[in-house]
Amino acid sequence: MADKVLMKGNEAIAEAAIIAGCRHYFGYPITPQTEIAAYMAKRMPKIGGCFLQAESEIAAINMVYGVASCGLRVMTSSSSPGISLKGEGLSYLAGADLPSLVVNVQRGGPGLGGIQPSQSDYFQATKGGAHGDFHMIVLAPASVQEMADLTVHGFDLADKYRMTSMILADGTMGQMMEPVSLDLNVKPMPEKPWATTGTKLERFHNITNSLSLVPEELEELNFKRYQRYAEIEKNEVMYEEYMMEDAEICIAAFGIASRVAKNAIVEARAQGIKVGLIRPITLWPFPKAPFLKATEKVHTFISVELSMGQMIEDVRLATECRRPVTLVNRAGGMIPSPEQILEAIKNAHKNGGAN
Amino acid sequence: MTNKYLFAGFGGQGILFAGKLLAYKGLTDEKQVSWLPSYGPEMRGGTASCSVILSDSPVGSPIVSNPNILIAMNLPSLDKYEDTVEAGGMIFYDSSLIEREVKRDDVKVFPIPATKLAEENGTPTLANMIIVGKVLAETGDFTDESVMAALKKVISAKRADMLDVNLNAMKLGRDF
Amino acid sequence: MVVFDKPHALADLPMHYCPGCTHGIIHRLVAECLDELGIEGQTIGIAPVGCSVLAYNYFNCDMIEAAHGRAPAIATGVKRADPDNHIVFTYQGDGDLASIGMAETVHAAARNENITVIFVNNAIYGMTGGQMAPTSLPGQVTQTSPYGRDTNHCGFPIKVCEMLSELDGPEYLERVAVNNVKNVKAAKKAIKKAFENQINKKGFSLIEVVSSCPTNWGMTPQKALEWVEEKMIPYYPLGVYKDRTAGIVKGADK
Repeated sequence: MADKVLMKGNEAIAEAAIIAGCRHYFGYPITPQTEIAAYMAKRMPKIGGCFLQAESEIAAINMVYGVASCGLRVMTSSSSPGISLKGEGLSYLAGADLPSLVVNVQRGGPGLGGIQPSQSDYFQATKGGAHGDFHMIVLAPASVQEMADLTVHGFDLADKYRMTSMILADGTMGQMMEPVSLDLNVKPMPEKPWATTGTKLERFHNITNSLSLVPEELEELNFKRYQRYAEIEKNEVMYEEYMMEDAEICIAAFGIASRVAKNAIVEARAQGIKVGLIRPITLWPFPKAPFLKATEKVHTFISVELSMGQMIEDVRLATECRRPVTLVNRAGGMIPSPEQILEAIKNAHKNGGAN
Repeated sequence: MTNKYLFAGFGGQGILFAGKLLAYKGLTDEKQVSWLPSYGPEMRGGTASCSVILSDSPVGSPIVSNPNILIAMNLPSLDKYEDTVEAGGMIFYDSSLIEREVKRDDVKVFPIPATKLAEENGTPTLANMIIVGKVLAETGDFTDESVMAALKKVISAKRADMLDVNLNAMKLGRDF
Repeated sequence: MVVFDKPHALADLPMHYCPGCTHGIIHRLVAECLDELGIEGQTIGIAPVGCSVLAYNYFNCDMIEAAHGRAPAIATGVKRADPDNHIVFTYQGDGDLASIGMAETVHAAARNENITVIFVNNAIYGMTGGQMAPTSLPGQVTQTSPYGRDTNHCGFPIKVCEMLSELDGPEYLERVAVNNVKNVKAAKKAIKKAFENQINKKGFSLIEVVSSCPTNWGMTPQKALEWVEEKMIPYYPLGVYKDRTAGIVKGADK
């Protein structure tokens, strides 16, 4: 472990972004992700990069739009209320097929809500997040190492598919420190002939645009974009299976919830209950196949969430409602305890899938 | 072997710093490590706490709601967390700031007058290091080299003159 | 002998603007400046939401279409992506710049962001069919102020140059008009200076162009130009409002 350093999740994201070649960061202060901005403010000037504190979340995401138009790696970060403000920009980025990385270190909502960890922006992140037909690639880290790894991966995917990658973390993941290796695998950035960097009078002008007033043409753009999305659903799904080989009960959880769930699983296994975990790492595309396959052996699914139950809908869709899916949740900044999850596991074990 | 530490006190006592030192000590000792602070407005003058887990196996939840080692640096912290400590666990507390005794009889108790010792030592801001010295001595292994290695991770090179001061404060705690 | 030609930076396309609209003139002035300064190949223009939403088709330089009001923020990103080589201008109307995008405008000015802003003030929302703008005059009849703009009810017009001149940030602020030949010439000079300032890294330059909208004002083009002279210019006096290099602050010929 000699090559590992202890870092906060937020700092790991910032450093990983720099390693990935990101030299432009725009943001606005909001708890619990401000360490990302602070880290960038310190580092960027020293490496010839640009950190700029924007006047608003809206301005920040549009500055991202500007740099992305020029074909460079760029990011912004915020927490839940700030992401709502960025919604406009997210939709425009999608409409203009621009790559970017956006980090949401979630806190409890709705409204101003609280500042403690939450996963209640799941719908917002995975179902589009603003107006229009579009998706973002949504990555859900469950360790500080993954905060770093998925940041780099997020940039790669964003460039590959010309779209926004969102890191969907929460206050716990942002604030906690764990050992992290910064020996990260960065792929070469693809060519971006579409970038608006000046014609040099050598080519026809490039236009970055999300406006298309002819419905037939706009429809075609949407169809094409969704063909790309289908490719992503085929190629880019990521998940972790934990003790699923013989599991009769399957927990679905991501991020911090999956960490707590593992404690409960270890305890339940010690009591002889065959329970495992499927942890989606990509929330969009959602790992439908492993859930469907699990229905062959699993009699009950339990979705563990820091929300009123949002991912549970995707679990039900993925399992095609072949098995009951129950919810273990806390909301508003609270985190389910291992005991609460263990209780649900025991109940499921007792009922054996009978509703 | 998993140790779940909960450090608690008021903001300004160096609670998060002490926890960080412990986490770095764990990293130096090649343990699996997590460190999780409380965050938010309560950090400014109110209570501060942090969870540290050092383990031989991968850390699941980084949240410590039932510590086996509690370090209470003020009375509200002891009041709040005393009952959460696992049976057979340990409670370290600053007996110069907490006048009452620990009520639990199923835990090992270490009262250390850390603030008083720190003042007598001429380092009034290092009560946290004194108590963490004792914690390390009782729950990990306290060697000068490994502690110094961890200190070097949490104290910036610009303040290298503080390394020995901190180490000595920790020894004060260890030897108490 | 060629006595009149289309600027290279202006695309050879029919424009969608209404008869008598002055956007065409202002587009041309901008394109002439890009030509004369030899910067078309390194220029990135940002189009707004409003009548000039399709401006991205009309300039031959690289173009970006912005969300409503956000052009200065996007321009900030584009400029910061390559500050030494990118020449960046935004082209915005009054609703875009002075209403929904006011925060972006003020902060880009306050940062002295090294960009050029072309602000077309015609006192109305044109694209959506003639609603009250942040710069509509007191008493002005529009679709959403059918009894005339009542300042007791919906407040007063925003004088952008006057307001921004209070900031320490911006380098250059000038208000011009395009209602007659003399004013068009002065407008060209101002726009060119705004680009020169950017080339010389002097910072934020905004040229407010008092303009007309015959269609939504419900006037003939000729009548609209007269209205500019009689109503608009007295409320929005022309002149230099700030020129840091020349030491002018609020130096309008009032």
